[in-house]
Amino acid sequence: MQSTNGKGLSQFLNQLLNSLVVPLLAILTAVILGGLIIKVVGGDPIAAYKGLVQGAFGTPKALSETAVWATPYIFAGLAVAVAFKGGLFNIGAEGQLAFGAVTAALIGYALPGWLHTTLPAYIHIPLAVGLGVLAGAIWAAIPGALKAYTGGHEVINTIMMNYIALNITSFLLNGPMRDPDPLNLSARTPEIAASARIPPIFPNPLLRVHWGFVLALVVAVIIWWLLWKTTLGFEIRTVGANPDAAKYAGIDVKRTIVITMALSGALAGLAGAIEVTALNYRHELGFSVGYGFDAIAIALLGKTNPFGVILAAILFGAMRNGGTRMQFLTQIPVDIISVIQALILLFVAADPIIRFIYRIRIREERVVLTRGWGG
Amino acid sequence: MADNNIVLEAVNISKHFPGVLANDQVNFDLRKGEIHAMLGENGAGKTTLMNVLYGLYLPDAGEIRVDGKVAAIHSPKDSITLGIGMVHQHFMLIPVFTVAENVMLGEETVRNGMLDRKTVVARVKDLSHKYGLDVDPTALVGQLPVGLQQRVEIVKTLYRDAQILILDEPTAVLTPQEADDLFRIMRELTKRGVSIIFITHKLKEVLAVADRITVMRAGKVVGTVKPTETDERQLASMMVGREVILTVDKGPAKPGEEILKVEGLRVRDARGLETVRGVSFSVHAGEMLGVAGVQGNGQTELVEALTGLRPVAGGKMYFTGKDMTGKPPRPITETGMAHIPEDRQRYGLVMPYVVADNMVLNTYYRTPFAQLGILQPKAIDANARKLIEEFDVRTPSPYVSTSKLSGGNQQKVIVARELSHPVKLVIANQPTRGLDVGSIEYIHKEIVIMRDRGVAVLVVSAELDEIMALSDRIAVMYRGEIVATVDAKKVTREQLGLWMAGAHPEQ
Amino acid sequence: MDWRRFAIIALVIVIMFGTVVLVGISQNSPLVIITSMLATTIAVATPLTLGALSGLYCERSGVVNIGIEGMMLGAAFFGWLASIYMNTVFHRAPMASLIVGVLVAILTGSLFALLHAALSITFKVDQIIGGTVINILATGITGFLNRQMFFGAGSVFRGQVPHSPGVLPRIHIPLLADIPIVGRIFEQQPITLAALALVVITHFVIFYTRWGLRTRAVGEHPRAADTVGINVTFMRYANVLIGGCMAGLGGAYLTLESISSFEPLMTNGRGFIALAAMIFGNWTPFGAWAAALVFGAAQALQINLQFYRELIPPNLAFLQNSYVVGLAPYILTMLILTGLIGRTIPPAADGKPYEK
Repeated sequence: MQSTNGKGLSQFLNQLLNSLVVPLLAILTAVILGGLIIKVVGGDPIAAYKGLVQGAFGTPKALSETAVWATPYIFAGLAVAVAFKGGLFNIGAEGQLAFGAVTAALIGYALPGWLHTTLPAYIHIPLAVGLGVLAGAIWAAIPGALKAYTGGHEVINTIMMNYIALNITSFLLNGPMRDPDPLNLSARTPEIAASARIPPIFPNPLLRVHWGFVLALVVAVIIWWLLWKTTLGFEIRTVGANPDAAKYAGIDVKRTIVITMALSGALAGLAGAIEVTALNYRHELGFSVGYGFDAIAIALLGKTNPFGVILAAILFGAMRNGGTRMQFLTQIPVDIISVIQALILLFVAADPIIRFIYRIRIREERVVLTRGWGG
Repeated sequence: MADNNIVLEAVNISKHFPGVLANDQVNFDLRKGEIHAMLGENGAGKTTLMNVLYGLYLPDAGEIRVDGKVAAIHSPKDSITLGIGMVHQHFMLIPVFTVAENVMLGEETVRNGMLDRKTVVARVKDLSHKYGLDVDPTALVGQLPVGLQQRVEIVKTLYRDAQILILDEPTAVLTPQEADDLFRIMRELTKRGVSIIFITHKLKEVLAVADRITVMRAGKVVGTVKPTETDERQLASMMVGREVILTVDKGPAKPGEEILKVEGLRVRDARGLETVRGVSFSVHAGEMLGVAGVQGNGQTELVEALTGLRPVAGGKMYFTGKDMTGKPPRPITETGMAHIPEDRQRYGLVMPYVVADNMVLNTYYRTPFAQLGILQPKAIDANARKLIEEFDVRTPSPYVSTSKLSGGNQQKVIVARELSHPVKLVIANQPTRGLDVGSIEYIHKEIVIMRDRGVAVLVVSAELDEIMALSDRIAVMYRGEIVATVDAKKVTREQLGLWMAGAHPEQ
Repeated sequence: MDWRRFAIIALVIVIMFGTVVLVGISQNSPLVIITSMLATTIAVATPLTLGALSGLYCERSGVVNIGIEGMMLGAAFFGWLASIYMNTVFHRAPMASLIVGVLVAILTGSLFALLHAALSITFKVDQIIGGTVINILATGITGFLNRQMFFGAGSVFRGQVPHSPGVLPRIHIPLLADIPIVGRIFEQQPITLAALALVVITHFVIFYTRWGLRTRAVGEHPRAADTVGINVTFMRYANVLIGGCMAGLGGAYLTLESISSFEPLMTNGRGFIALAAMIFGNWTPFGAWAAALVFGAAQALQINLQFYRELIPPNLAFLQNSYVVGLAPYILTMLILTGLIGRTIPPAADGKPYEK
């Protein structure tokens, strides 16, 4: 458990190794099980995994695509991890992401029209992204406030907010925000203005990796600093670890809960906003399905630590990216990736199973969130 | 071999838990119809031994004999079948069930697939009347006062024809009068052939009621004596292993200005019931006011209201002359109040945090521990090291998780933190509960030092001996009201006991 | 069920039914409309009722189960798959295939429940995380197998969804279903009827039998139950498995009674709404059922407003939009959870693993 103070380097490395063992073994076990499933439905696991790795890391393009996939995963994973640290379970990353995306898209394509002027990029981009972040924050702050002031459990409320967000965005993307291009058949927004686009890092059009990826890494460091080096972070973690003691410590528990959720939603909103402004240049219905639950898996796999989240996000990004190549080469549906990811999550969550299989005896901090339904 | 009418015997029982040997080759026997007291301080291993006899734990070594024959006790079901019943320190009752439902749980009477509540109710009425333990079988246990809840526990064992009764710290939650009542019931039971083991750490009780006393210390049996052959001092030294001074060394109080003034305070508990009903008192600098009373008479809510952890429903609280009624904890702490909470693991500490972080738990936001919202690790480190040394907190380093410390050292962390800045008032709520004698002595010493330095001290405790030893003045709380405020030197234990029970002693 | 909650439920139902009546009144008589709404409400409330019962058994014994969604989804898929196999591959009659499907669905639900029980009780994993794992696992497996079996080039059925054996037939309750107009309410499919029966049975079991007393004890104060010789682990495992069967039956409704096909993620949040119904019903069967009816009514509202969409006056045009009306159940759930509609008290040991 990290403290506010640094420790000796050897102790740090020791802790690091200990924390890595179980997740690595969990991944290994899930991969093996996944291979078995592939075998059972008639595929060739070796070829499948070869295709997977090739698709994820084999070429510069593959690496770039992995980074592209990993970017929203990092943001969303951080969102869930921050909420966990505050003792909250944010299953609403999906909806918060969608709102971030929709808002960023709206500002991206409509603002120049409203203001009857073109905008310079250094204003347009921060506005689009910033308002997307704000939208995500607000969407999460609502269930946060409900939890803080009425005790309504955030698990169900954030899930409900997801479905509400889905309905609202479906309505918007099929209606007022729909791309009026006569050739368009899907529920999507028009393209955002060029001034709202975050450029890719490399001029090569095959390498789609964009500065959003770099931003994700920077934001992860900022979150780490926030949680362990500031008083706000101390308050968030204390409320998460022991709300009664937090009250005793003079912390305004209710306010902290709302702030934690808002921060979490802001990060999820950022995921959506970056996807719109840096990758797709528009928002389309259905692009983000599944990010919410993936984010939970990533946060847990990364042990709710920002650096762990980065690694887990890259792993998941690699798997999703490689999966398409795997499907192309071996006809195995890309959904097997979901199954493997679910298995990884299973083994990470139930680490006693891993410890039992591999006879490990390391005792670690367990994430405990369930305090019943309140009351 | 049944000899001397031994009904229950523990032979070379050993039991260990990770990191601690709770029972070390313990030998113990219980004779028919006797009241046998198990004496020892917290952590001595008494409850572990009883849990082994009752089947909640399996011993690592040794055997249990009932009526001379080796008994295989693997679960409470076995011990219940053998006629052993246990009344635990923390009641094993389900608040939302009725008395009858609690009594029949595990041994339900069933008719046509349905629970036969009527028969059980009748039998409970019968039993409770027979032993003078009257309880209403249809009452909801959660709404019964603690003394009656204990009776339900006893009825539970009698319902299962228990011939051997184990009582774990039964008087912890009773007034002295209720305790006498309990002893009367115990003698009634032994007259009918029931044999009783009763665990306690209270010396006066064992001398008053036991036929034999077995003392345990650090997992081992130190000896078994008869009350007629021993006295408090000898028992205490057997419990602790050295000479123990049973009184607190303190000089006379020199009270100064009024620091805390409470007027007509009203507080509601979590269920919305008013548990503090118009309390008034004051505490002056340099004096120690002790609040006596059995747990559950509003003390918890009173302390929570004074420290800002619970809203105030009526009345006023003035701290250093300022009206701080209903203010949240931070401004109250900043004005100079220290709070040593009742439940250290819940309120006083964040268990997974390292010791250094717990030492700034309620001061982390102030200089020097933080500047502009950014934590200052060097200052936090220096503070931790200083306090660890000053208060002799036994920990390998300031960066060890607080959960690894012993109970006494955990309490020291809290005490160190609270007493390390200038304070005007210390509120200590059950400050020595669950601690070993050494820690108890230390904390008492610290509290007295504070008082001698001119700090106002409010001590709330259910241990009457502690209150009488420490306080300059004593207030007794009963059912949410202060029923008496007296000079500690001029009051007797009996008087306090009567007030605690809601009675009025003749002056 | 206290009067405030009862009044709110009644009010909400009246508003919803009233809206549909007002809209459709030009086309059908109020009695017909109300009957139709009621019949639909009872039917669509079925998976919610079963989900709530599932949650109830689990939580009354002290295990929080947010994996009901995944259990239902898995059961819906595997039950449907089994019925298709029986019909198409083994050439059995449709009715027999459907029954096998229901049994497989129940089995699937209980297998997922076994996993949840092992995670929560034996491995003492945080129960909300465990439930989420179940949900993710179910989504992944059903998505994968759905694609693999039916849509890939190498799929077993060669890219074509085979003819399904249909849905379970309506049962005509003698006498009651013969009443003109209103009789429609009493013509329901078997799982719907089973759900109603299970509500009554569960109430009886929980409050009048030894099993119920012990279950509740284990959920309120497991240590107390342990000290009188009750096997806490067994009681929790058993109740979670029963809960799994309930959820499995709920899943069977979706693909074997309601419609005869499978869509990925078709549960659409029902498992979570069922939990809200359970909480609102204060962990009692009849309370949960009443809440499930309210949610069912919200869905019936959506269906019926779509049916009458032409008749919606222009100033209420937002009612035409299924997305907007579809918000009703979710917003309702959130309002209920705020506790504005009365406090609820969960079993005291709900969610806490038992350590000896």
